[in-house]
Amino acid sequence: MMNATLLMEFARKPLVIALLLIVALLVLGEALSPGFASAQQILRLLIVAALLGIVAAGQNLVILGGREGIDLSVGGVVSLSAIIAGNLMNGMDSGIPLAVLGCVAAGALFGLFNGLGVTLLRIPPLVMTLGMLGVLQGLLVVIRQGIPSGRAAPALSNFVSQPFLFGLPGIIWLWIVIGVVMAWLLGRTVFGHRIYAIGSNEQAAFMAGVPVKLVRIALFVLSGVFAAIAGICLLGYSGSSFANVGEQYMLPSIIAVVFGGTPLSGGKGGYTGTMAGAVLLVILQSILTTVNIDESGRQMVFGATLLVLMLFYGRGRAMRA
Amino acid sequence: MASAVANPRPASSGIKRLFERFPFLPALMILAVLLALNGLYQPRSVSFIGMTGLVKTYLALIMLAIAQTYVVFAGDIDLSAGAIVSLVNVVIVVLMEQWGGSGLSVMAALGVGLAVGLACGIVNGIVVAALRLQAIVATFATSIFFTGLALYVLPVAGTPAPAAFWRTYGGRFFEIPFVLYAVVVLAMVIYVLARTRLATQLLAIGDDSQAAFQSGLPVTAIRIRGYALCGIFAALAAFCITGDTASGDPLVGGKMTLFSVAAVVLGGSALSGGFGTVVGSLIGALIIGLINSLVFFVGTPSEWQNLVQGLAILVALMAGVLVGRRARA
Repeated sequence: MMNATLLMEFARKPLVIALLLIVALLVLGEALSPGFASAQQILRLLIVAALLGIVAAGQNLVILGGREGIDLSVGGVVSLSAIIAGNLMNGMDSGIPLAVLGCVAAGALFGLFNGLGVTLLRIPPLVMTLGMLGVLQGLLVVIRQGIPSGRAAPALSNFVSQPFLFGLPGIIWLWIVIGVVMAWLLGRTVFGHRIYAIGSNEQAAFMAGVPVKLVRIALFVLSGVFAAIAGICLLGYSGSSFANVGEQYMLPSIIAVVFGGTPLSGGKGGYTGTMAGAVLLVILQSILTTVNIDESGRQMVFGATLLVLMLFYGRGRAMRA
Repeated sequence: MASAVANPRPASSGIKRLFERFPFLPALMILAVLLALNGLYQPRSVSFIGMTGLVKTYLALIMLAIAQTYVVFAGDIDLSAGAIVSLVNVVIVVLMEQWGGSGLSVMAALGVGLAVGLACGIVNGIVVAALRLQAIVATFATSIFFTGLALYVLPVAGTPAPAAFWRTYGGRFFEIPFVLYAVVVLAMVIYVLARTRLATQLLAIGDDSQAAFQSGLPVTAIRIRGYALCGIFAALAAFCITGDTASGDPLVGGKMTLFSVAAVVLGGSALSGGFGTVVGSLIGALIIGLINSLVFFVGTPSEWQNLVQGLAILVALMAGVLVGRRARA
């Protein structure tokens, strides 16, 4: 019996749930459309998942920091970064370093604004980042009027889609590195411990000497930086940037975090689960595009499936007297 | 956190007491300033006709902001509100067309529309309150589902609404525009709703759900009722937008969701629940409308309008949160 209990406990870990669901969905996809789970297809799925996963890394950090932490502006930053990158490199490899620098700076700047609003003015993160999203969308309109959309440099496109090392493209390696760094950051560094501390009990963390505001500002800055990196990669993936290309990442990045076992209340969870959550989400979407049904049916199935999957994860506690 | 209804604190000064009694006062001041600025740059915009036009355009957002308020009272949120608007919009437009577009068929279609909104709200309530999923992600999932349904009912935008419907919405009775009657009825409805037990119970849950539960409130049932009310008002928002655009569009409401949340915050309600007013959200929606028109009237170049609007709304949001907190502190 002991083993059964242990097994149950193991099976309830969010990462395990996500991995089991990924395998199940791959089997289902292969059954529905042979070739779905081929190595080539899985690689393609991983590239798409990496884009979402990189955005979700920042989202993950902000959510872990608690106090209703959430970043709705990531989609706007992704779009902005894609267009900045496209213009700074404009199809030339020599422009890549400047593009990366410019995008990361822009992402960090908007993250800094969010962080300052949330900490110094104590605006709720949802409100602050929602307002910032509006500003970013307006900014995109202005930029689009003045300059062409720009093109990805060949090296960037290769980085995203061509094999780089052991048959895997650079973006997958980048995602793996981000995963390792995040695991190290959250598990082994003072900064990581501080994130969990402010996420689970801000008051206690403050009393213990954690610079709560600085840590929270850093989380929002990192969220902007990750979104900016994802925007550069997205440009490499699609070749050129187009309007509001990043919008598709706003809420899915939150779902990936939740599927990865980090509750929106913050203070617990981690990034490894989020990576699995991103893969899970992308496979689900991919299966639905393979199956021959209308857009309407696809959306209904997607929405309903998301709800069912959420039931597997931490539901809120029942009220007790 | 102080609650307007459940836990009034002794106020130390007259102004503070005023803010506690009317938490939407900061929003009202922003509204007055915006009205004055609008009048300054375009005197005709504050005329009777100008104001009627503003209300006609933004009544849908007002309705949706009110819808959002009831769930925010309880500390919940509804990210599917815009998708419900889209769904009800296409349902009533398709039904009106199929049933011939006469007065009676319009009324019947509106009845079905209300039922659809109510059903969507109940689904959200069950998912969030009974199944205990996190409101933000769960209502995002239902929004995808509702959008799918809307696309099933009407795959592409364009089916026109019958003339009987939009002529009424944009028309006049006894020289008074229809939308003003609608506003008067709306005012009475929210006055009555504010005095029902439901509003107080939702605020109590938002203030401290554990305490509400321990004092014997059926917390789950009340939260579901809050979402149901939200669904009904989202359906009303859909009626308004159908009257305004005179056509069906399966994606028409999608962009309204976040604006409805912004309107609620502008109106001085706390997203964490337990504190807020419906009137504030109504004012918040008007603030968004007036910002949009002001940006136009001051002659902002078209490509800069979105950015200026975005900045103005961000500043107003921050000001609303800051002033509201100072008043409550």
